[in-house]
Amino acid sequence: MSMRQGARKGSVVLGTAALVAAMAACSSGGGGDGDQIEITFLTQSDTDNVAAAEALIEAFEAENTDVSVTLETQPGGTEGDNLMKTKLATGEMPDVFHYNSGSLLQALNPDQNLVDLSDQEWADTLIEDMANVVSTDNGLYGVPWGSTQAGAVMYNKPIYEELGLEVPTDWAGFMANNEAILAAGTAVPIIQTYGDTWTSQLFVLGDFANVTAQDPDWAAEYTAHNRFYADDPALQGFENQQAAYEAGFFNEDFASALFDDGLRMLATGEGAHYPMLTGAGANISLNYPDNVEDVGVFALPAQDAADTRLTVWLPNAMYIPNTTEGDQLEAAQRFLAFTQSEEGCRVQTEILTPSGPFTTDACELPEDAAPTLTDVQAYFEAGTTFPALEFLSPIKGPNLEQITVEVGSGIRPAADGAALYDEDVEKQAQQLGLEGW
Amino acid sequence: MTTLVANRSSTEDTLKPRRRRPIKSSYPTWFYIPAGVFYFVLFAVPTFASFYFSLTRWTLFDTEFIGLDNFVQFFSEPMLLRGFTNTFVFGFLTSGAKVVLGLLLGVFLTSQLAARGYLRSVVFFPVLVSAIGVGITFKVLMDPFGGLINSGLALLGITGPAWLTDPSLALFSVALVDIWKGLGIATLIYIAGIAAIPQEYYEAARVDGANAWHRFWRITVPLVRPATTTVVLLSLIGGLRAFDLIWAMTRGGPGFTSDVIGSVIYKQYQAGFYGLSTAGNVVLFLVVTAIVVPISLWFSRREVER
Repeated sequence: MSMRQGARKGSVVLGTAALVAAMAACSSGGGGDGDQIEITFLTQSDTDNVAAAEALIEAFEAENTDVSVTLETQPGGTEGDNLMKTKLATGEMPDVFHYNSGSLLQALNPDQNLVDLSDQEWADTLIEDMANVVSTDNGLYGVPWGSTQAGAVMYNKPIYEELGLEVPTDWAGFMANNEAILAAGTAVPIIQTYGDTWTSQLFVLGDFANVTAQDPDWAAEYTAHNRFYADDPALQGFENQQAAYEAGFFNEDFASALFDDGLRMLATGEGAHYPMLTGAGANISLNYPDNVEDVGVFALPAQDAADTRLTVWLPNAMYIPNTTEGDQLEAAQRFLAFTQSEEGCRVQTEILTPSGPFTTDACELPEDAAPTLTDVQAYFEAGTTFPALEFLSPIKGPNLEQITVEVGSGIRPAADGAALYDEDVEKQAQQLGLEGW
Repeated sequence: MTTLVANRSSTEDTLKPRRRRPIKSSYPTWFYIPAGVFYFVLFAVPTFASFYFSLTRWTLFDTEFIGLDNFVQFFSEPMLLRGFTNTFVFGFLTSGAKVVLGLLLGVFLTSQLAARGYLRSVVFFPVLVSAIGVGITFKVLMDPFGGLINSGLALLGITGPAWLTDPSLALFSVALVDIWKGLGIATLIYIAGIAAIPQEYYEAARVDGANAWHRFWRITVPLVRPATTTVVLLSLIGGLRAFDLIWAMTRGGPGFTSDVIGSVIYKQYQAGFYGLSTAGNVVLFLVVTAIVVPISLWFSRREVER
């Protein structure tokens, strides 16, 4: 106990020292008014996140001349998760940060580390699903940034037109299309990019709405330790990935290719299908603006067409750590509110390129939407969507991406991989202190 | 000077163990306090704290005592067996290669050569570069498509392997880079060891008609044993706790195929399983000790016998 207190005192001393240093730097560098409030904003370092963050900061500073926002970036993925936890624990977290909602947010221990925002004006505008994934029993902690997106198959439309293919609704149809594309020989049927390991998870995570369609209670029972990935229907995602690998549908360099390579292949027609989060559409409109109309979306097909649903990811959100205080806190809250203003929505629509409906009433979808959005909207209108598992259960094992790389590279059979993942989540559930594990 | 004094006092101690008295220090007590405090705060306390924390499930805010559960969990970790095997393969492979190649390079670089100093520093340069930098560079060079190594092999009509993405090859590719990077130290130690061998032995052997092979095998190899001990110990310890290079090049992948204990522990820490990874570190500490101490004892006994 005394040790911990000592550590805390130490960090306070360090923090004060840093603050004094920052103030000194500010006063020596500041040209005009001394009341400028400085806040920092942390986001992930990929291109579209940074572009959106810069546009948001520019728009915000134009309207709020008394605040200046500094952008900080860090990598995403498991490395980013670790950095987030460390920064929060040591009190080094910037004044505002951008991070996942759902199970990853829960792992940050929001009640202890974040500022409750339920008294903010925009708090009532969130749709219920969204409010749930940025809240705990004790408060609401984040404001959504960006739109919903789907974990689905993104496909190259010109290839489908050329070969006269139909969008498949069951797994057999999907495999038949792949076979036809392979036979035509002009493009790779399925793009996989295990150089960025997280991209390997889509066969499993994107299949989750299909699991829910077959077993509506799956997520709740999973949290209670009564359902397992090693059993059907959840096992199917792993088996599908193995089947696709064994059929030889992947690009030659699947083991080393990166996410950006995958998008290039998809946009330019080197590859036909890329199971991916449709938020990748933002990246395509940024880097391949001429090909935006060429990329469409369909739900990862279930074995039986009647079970095929679109798996939906709720947007990430922005949060304020409870180390932000005083003027900074006030400015940070203004910054969050700004994301829901007209200008904030403009940045969300123009730069982030919506890939599904928004989760607040504040923003509206653009009229002239790309097919990545209209295809997803069709599923929403038909009511055939379900949220991804990470928004229904706090449990997500840390090693899924390594396991799916193994299953998708023929190193480990699907059943083995699924059983291994069941063991993997056990540790997470224990660390979270859940009942029944 | 100091070593002489130390030697004498230690022989006295062994001769007359019963007459051991409180050692009269040549420095006042306060002189030891700064170093003592540093040692205590930075080494002793964390070491013993880690033994305690390995018995808990902790976050940065609170701890829950769970007995030996972490160790049970750690040893039932499916990736662990793979991690252990890989660690040993990696440790012994790199250590062995560094001994053999280091000795050969040492002999080569102590011979009469033009530009000897330059060649020596060239061998040593990789040691000076950070492991992460080396790892990232080689990741690019070893890219199976368009990487420099495979492009070069293609010019010779050879299809290069998928160095880092072939599950059966990834660990060995990393080991290869580790050997390249660590060879400089081994060579340097051997150069010093060989330079310390009196030339008279070689001259005498030559008079007796010993050929080059005999001189190397009968004189150089036995007389550089202290250097060998150092190289084996340093590279084995380094190899058993290898992490940075592996992480930079493969992150333990593809999948778990090039995971070593170090990367398994790191991933557990990264996932927020702090107690579990502390337990892993305690296990790693015990394992490395259990391997290195006997080897060290064995080598030093051989030195004394000689």
